[in-house]
Amino acid sequence: MPAIECRGLRKTYDGKVEAVRGLDLEIQPGECFGLLGPNGAGKTTTIEILEGLLAPTAGQVTLLGRTWQKHARDLRELLGISLQETRFSEKLSVRETLDLFASFYRHPRAAAEIMQELELTEKADSWVGKLSGGQKQRLAVATALVGNPQILFLDEPTTGLDPQSRRQLWEIVRGFQRRGGTVLLTTHYMDEAERLCDRIAIVDHGQIIAQGTPAQLIARLGGHHVVEFATSAGDGANNQELWRMLPGVDSVHEDDGMLLLNVREPHQTIPALLAAVENQGAQLVHLTTRQASLEDVFVHLTGRHLRED
Amino acid sequence: MHTVKPTDPEAQAKGADMQPMPLRPSRPRLNGRWAGYTHLLLARMRELKREPEVIFWVFVFPLLLALGLGIAFRNKPADVAPVAVVSGPGAQHALELLQASPQHAAIHADMLTDAQALKGFRVGKYALVIEPKADGSFQYRYDPARPESVLALDQIDDALQTAAGRRNALTTAAKISSEPGARYIDFLIPGLLGMNVMNAAMWGIGFALVEMRQRKLLKRYLATPMRRSDFLLALTSSRLVLMLVEVGLLLGFGVLVFHMRVLGSLASILLVGTVGALSFAGIGLLTACRAEKIESVSGLINLVMLPMWVFSGVFFSYERFPAVVQPFIKALPLTALNDALRATILEGAPLTAQGGRILIMAIWGGISFILALRWFRWV
Ligand SMILES: Nc1ncnc2c1ncn2[C@@H]1O[C@H](COP(=O)(O)OP(=O)(O)OP(=O)(O)O)[C@@H](O)[C@H]1O
Ligand SMILES: [Mg+2]
Repeated sequence: MPAIECRGLRKTYDGKVEAVRGLDLEIQPGECFGLLGPNGAGKTTTIEILEGLLAPTAGQVTLLGRTWQKHARDLRELLGISLQETRFSEKLSVRETLDLFASFYRHPRAAAEIMQELELTEKADSWVGKLSGGQKQRLAVATALVGNPQILFLDEPTTGLDPQSRRQLWEIVRGFQRRGGTVLLTTHYMDEAERLCDRIAIVDHGQIIAQGTPAQLIARLGGHHVVEFATSAGDGANNQELWRMLPGVDSVHEDDGMLLLNVREPHQTIPALLAAVENQGAQLVHLTTRQASLEDVFVHLTGRHLRED
Repeated sequence: MHTVKPTDPEAQAKGADMQPMPLRPSRPRLNGRWAGYTHLLLARMRELKREPEVIFWVFVFPLLLALGLGIAFRNKPADVAPVAVVSGPGAQHALELLQASPQHAAIHADMLTDAQALKGFRVGKYALVIEPKADGSFQYRYDPARPESVLALDQIDDALQTAAGRRNALTTAAKISSEPGARYIDFLIPGLLGMNVMNAAMWGIGFALVEMRQRKLLKRYLATPMRRSDFLLALTSSRLVLMLVEVGLLLGFGVLVFHMRVLGSLASILLVGTVGALSFAGIGLLTACRAEKIESVSGLINLVMLPMWVFSGVFFSYERFPAVVQPFIKALPLTALNDALRATILEGAPLTAQGGRILIMAIWGGISFILALRWFRWV
């Protein structure tokens, strides 16, 4: 039995905005699953439908074999949720906020334990209004964990965090997973999705355009490496076919004046590339190689960047 | 799979799967039915306590208002009538007559020039101007639209005539009979209590709810197993607690500072206050049921409260409004609450005599509550 399952999910806001257009997911217990997509892709809408906070226009949702229509109260006990944006009461302390949330569940965890896990102990008696952005974000995750859930839904849990706090949060998610929990999170960050998630769905315009493990998705590019270059001739785009013919190149595309080659064996491609440039009587003005990332997958699939900032 | 049948081994195994065994806390805890409610109420009371503005507007402001208005409108011992005598021949005679009259203690007379006297009269410092004439007669200048001027006319004329030797044709006597609770402060304090109950519910429930909705806190609560009824109940209870404190404070203040006499029993006063607080809790809930922005709910709250501030007899009696609007005024929940509080506190009227007013409050509160629950937007 999958932990999270949905079929044919659709959501149309006010009869006009098609935020989600037919989305299927199947997430196994113990998995950490990531929804990756640009702004407005429909990630929050999807996750809030799964959380039972939004009614879908069409489609079914089953969580741990239960449905929202029949087992709403049961499900609430089993889920831990952190919304994309919540401002908790500013005049309550961290401990009081956690105690309050704990009081809603039948079998909550102790607030002290959660605070320790999220390194909030130091701030236990500080008012929420006085916390930093990252501490507030951790509090949001703490309120999700305090009910001792089996499934954790995190909507952009690390947006706005510094690298250290982000890594700290990844550790918390992994810890939850180690104890058998299932995680569904959304993110804009490629590296986060690659490192944290067992499987990923790339969402664009309310649909899943690719799904699989990070390695599988990257493998779909063909090459695992990306060679990025520009020549002084500046007409690279005109002879894409030329670059395509180089040894070891799987695909070529242009991005922002650069040519990107998806490459299986960089050590074969690069000497050939240098020779080809010289043949043209041009010079290289830029050359880098790197491991292919989910960002490349996204650009490959949509021709756009995930984060346009 | 919807239910786990104990007889079905497979379902049982699955059911066991679903138990959060591996995630069990190190220190298992079990929350009872009312844990959520208790914590919500506690959290709400803490928040209120930590908000200095709330303490000021809810507790200090009404006391200051009572103190200020109570002093400004305190009943002076047997109202002294202030009159101006225009100087000139005959003015001294007028003063002597007034001094010699039996009412001299209740009259304060100043001798002034014509211009000064008229100016003082215009600005309300004098209730009446006495202008002695060359032929020895007196001419009164008064304003029939000012009650104190009309009173002074009678009083001064009576004083002058008596002092000049007029004999009464009939022997009469007057006996002082002062009703308890007839002073302005006695009228004011129950009105302030009623107004406070209304303000507290509209801001403390209506505004607070919309703020939580705007912060997405309502949505966050909804994502937990919290019972919605517990949440609304806790919000309402916090208002009841404040109401209890407020009744104690304002009545205590009235008794200690203004020697107010409270005739009704505390239990019946609190009961009337509770009905009022519940009624306005319903109205506050209805006001807040859809609004998404605090700006829009602020407007709505003022729209609801303004007519009641004016018409419901908080600061002055609504009897002064035309008779045609009286039924409408009496149908307002704050009118019912103020009237019920005044009758209970000042006259010691039994609750049984307040059925109509309690019914009005119950209808307002009940209908608002039902509509609010139907239309309420949690997310
Ligand atoms: N309440 C709403 N009413 C109308 N349209 C909405 C509403 N909420 C979201 N939308 C629209 O639905 C689409 C998907 O929004 P959603 O919030 O699900 O995106 P997202 O993937 O979470 O984006 P982000 O990364 O910015 O959080 C957007 O076009 C958005 O404008
Ligand atoms: Mg979002």
